[in-house]
Amino acid sequence: MKADVLVLGAGPAGISAALEARAQGLSVLLLDENSGPGGQVHRGAKASAAGPGAEQAHAGAALAARLATSGVDCRFGAVLWAIEPGPTAFFSEAGMARKAEAGQIILAPGTIERAVPIPGWTLPGVMGVGAAQILLKSAGLLPEGRVWLAGQGPLLWLYAAQALARGGAIAGIIDMSTHQPRAFAHLPLALLAPGYLARGLSWMRMVRARVPVIRTRRFSAQGDGRLEKLVIGNQTHAADILLLHDGVVPNTQVTRAIQGFSHRFRAGAWEPEADEYGRSNIAGILVAGDGGGVFGAEAAALSGRIAALQAAHALGRFGAEQRNALAGPLMMQRARQRAPRRFLDALFPPLPPPSDDVMLCRCEEVSAGRVRQAVGLGCQGTNQLKAFTRAGMGPCQGRVCGPLLHAAVAQARGAAPEDVAPLRTRFPTKPLTLGELAALAE
Amino acid sequence: MNQAIIIGGGLHGLSTALHLARLPGWRVRVLERRHVGRHSSGINAGGVRRLGRDLREVGLSMVAAEMWAGMAKLVGDDGGFRPTGQVKLAESEADLAALERRHDAMRARGWTHEELIDEAETRRLLPGVAGHIKGALVVRDDGSANPMRTVMAFRRAVLEAGAEIIEGVSVTGIGPGLTVETDQGPMQADRVANCAGAWASGLAAAIGEPIPTYAKASMMIVTERLPRFCEPTVGSQSRALSFKQTDEGTVLIGGGHQGSNDLATETASVDFTNLAHAARIAAEIFPRMRGAKIIRSWTGIEARTPDQVPVLGESRALPGLFHSFGYSGHGFQLSPAAGAAMAELMARGATNLPIDGLSPHRFAT
Repeated sequence: MKADVLVLGAGPAGISAALEARAQGLSVLLLDENSGPGGQVHRGAKASAAGPGAEQAHAGAALAARLATSGVDCRFGAVLWAIEPGPTAFFSEAGMARKAEAGQIILAPGTIERAVPIPGWTLPGVMGVGAAQILLKSAGLLPEGRVWLAGQGPLLWLYAAQALARGGAIAGIIDMSTHQPRAFAHLPLALLAPGYLARGLSWMRMVRARVPVIRTRRFSAQGDGRLEKLVIGNQTHAADILLLHDGVVPNTQVTRAIQGFSHRFRAGAWEPEADEYGRSNIAGILVAGDGGGVFGAEAAALSGRIAALQAAHALGRFGAEQRNALAGPLMMQRARQRAPRRFLDALFPPLPPPSDDVMLCRCEEVSAGRVRQAVGLGCQGTNQLKAFTRAGMGPCQGRVCGPLLHAAVAQARGAAPEDVAPLRTRFPTKPLTLGELAALAE
Repeated sequence: MNQAIIIGGGLHGLSTALHLARLPGWRVRVLERRHVGRHSSGINAGGVRRLGRDLREVGLSMVAAEMWAGMAKLVGDDGGFRPTGQVKLAESEADLAALERRHDAMRARGWTHEELIDEAETRRLLPGVAGHIKGALVVRDDGSANPMRTVMAFRRAVLEAGAEIIEGVSVTGIGPGLTVETDQGPMQADRVANCAGAWASGLAAAIGEPIPTYAKASMMIVTERLPRFCEPTVGSQSRALSFKQTDEGTVLIGGGHQGSNDLATETASVDFTNLAHAARIAAEIFPRMRGAKIIRSWTGIEARTPDQVPVLGESRALPGLFHSFGYSGHGFQLSPAAGAAMAELMARGATNLPIDGLSPHRFAT
């Protein structure tokens, strides 16, 4: 299988990249493991949407409609599991492993929700706000029973507003944010895109009017075999569902598995290192959207188009001058869309690592205390931590625990986070059966 | 105090350091560019195998096997060693004939640890093995260990023996008078061990002692945890396979299928088109494996010599320097004994351990 451009991820960045590459006359293969286009933000987006988040749904529906008639070879339910120099991509579709050679690969894998390791976070009944939002968007499902939310960041309030608007009930919200006066230094820049903040504040107001909000970081989830209650100081609240959130981080599962791929630490997370066109330090591999740094859906769509223009240039469609002329206006729009992000990042720095007894790696059952103990024994980084504790070696390959282990090692060493290398991942970055792989040798 | 510097914090460097630090009168420092066990030591298949060794290695491998049996006494932990056997399968009549010849050649030299077994015994040892298997050569008390756990046990033991492990220091050369040049300044020693794995022959070449090695990057697969079905480590006479179920229930599949590597950037990459052959062989020998999910794959860099046997001995170009590298994909089992031999050579200039076939100078013309 061959394509001029292979795009991974059919969210706003991936769809926009695919459409732009097609518009430049390139053949495009678009892979996404979901059953349809949209990614997280535009999942199940309908042109008829109303209520909180409706504007984004309308944009998503419009992108999906254009994609359907674009001539892009869309493979939904296709799971990419490796990239080799070439670049060559390996993916599985309906139980069959496939190999695709591409002129350029644009990675638009989006984000992963940061886990929130409070005491009891591994109990059944505790999940991420992101997972709840998938259920809401894809199936219109609201959690039942006494539902609590805890954590910090805009998505927490958006989800609460959406759930309430659809008739859901929320028993309470535990706001884990702390006052960050330094964030307000970034406010003037943020006001370049005032819609962003205005929307966020309106969700927050609407939710606060209807749901009790407790501001604390000291609480635990407890229960016998599943979540039964939240204990906050000397108060106990019955709870059936607890949805946690501490922002999202770029999904670097694929880029960290590519040997030699450079990453940088920014805004409390590792992101692939890429230039303004999305070019990484690996030949033929570009990054677009929130997977390259979290700036939101509008900026993601623009960066997808810019990366596609760069890909077209790299494939000889046009020279650097024309690329610059086409990409320039998009870059200016993107800068405006990115403006509020620094304020939000400063307002919600990642929550600090938890106390010793709290689990960080669920797959291998490694607690924060064991990570600190390993550092005491001379473990300097997250990759050595595997040898000391097996942390990060389970089936999730650090998808959940990676950022937590990294923060805990940095804190225990007293080192700056950027001085502690991120956990390496290994292909296949998504489960693949031995039989599927064997078929490539037959 | 005599001063010793060990270049390389892999298992061979650590083992050399451990044995030397336990001798009276030695101050030992291990210099490691990244962190201990960074390359093949920490990530190999963990085979503790005498089965099928090159005749020049059998003697040292026999000594090592005894040390593995007492590993907890040597380093305070057994490294996860389990004597669950090693099996080399005959997949055809031709394979069976080759295994018989090997068996007879070993007996003729007095080695009796390799045992030829028939099809029925093979199926008893390996329930679920494919129908075409004809028999096997086995060493029943060979086995496997956990490489990372073994590295960490050696690391602890080295520190407890009073040696120093300095991580993050890069050796750039070895100068006259046994001065080890590093990116953090020169260090002086009375004895130096070159245990720098895939980078060791570069250090040797720089002092005018060419010892040919090639970098290799053997690939490994690990699957999800499966119900226990296989105790021994399994290979094949005619196809490249190493197959083992770990204590955790995951299955490790390798066998020397090669990825790509780059010594300059210290990186190695999996080549899935090659790795697919390992998957195919494993699935043909254990059909139940077809549906098993692969969790990850990896590869690490190490050195291979032209005759696939390591070099162990003193430098001619720079007396006082001792080489131990080029283990060619099967150095894990040898590491306790090779470190003991190195320590004796460094401290006393001689060893009774059987290393005669491993001279670093056998390639010189």
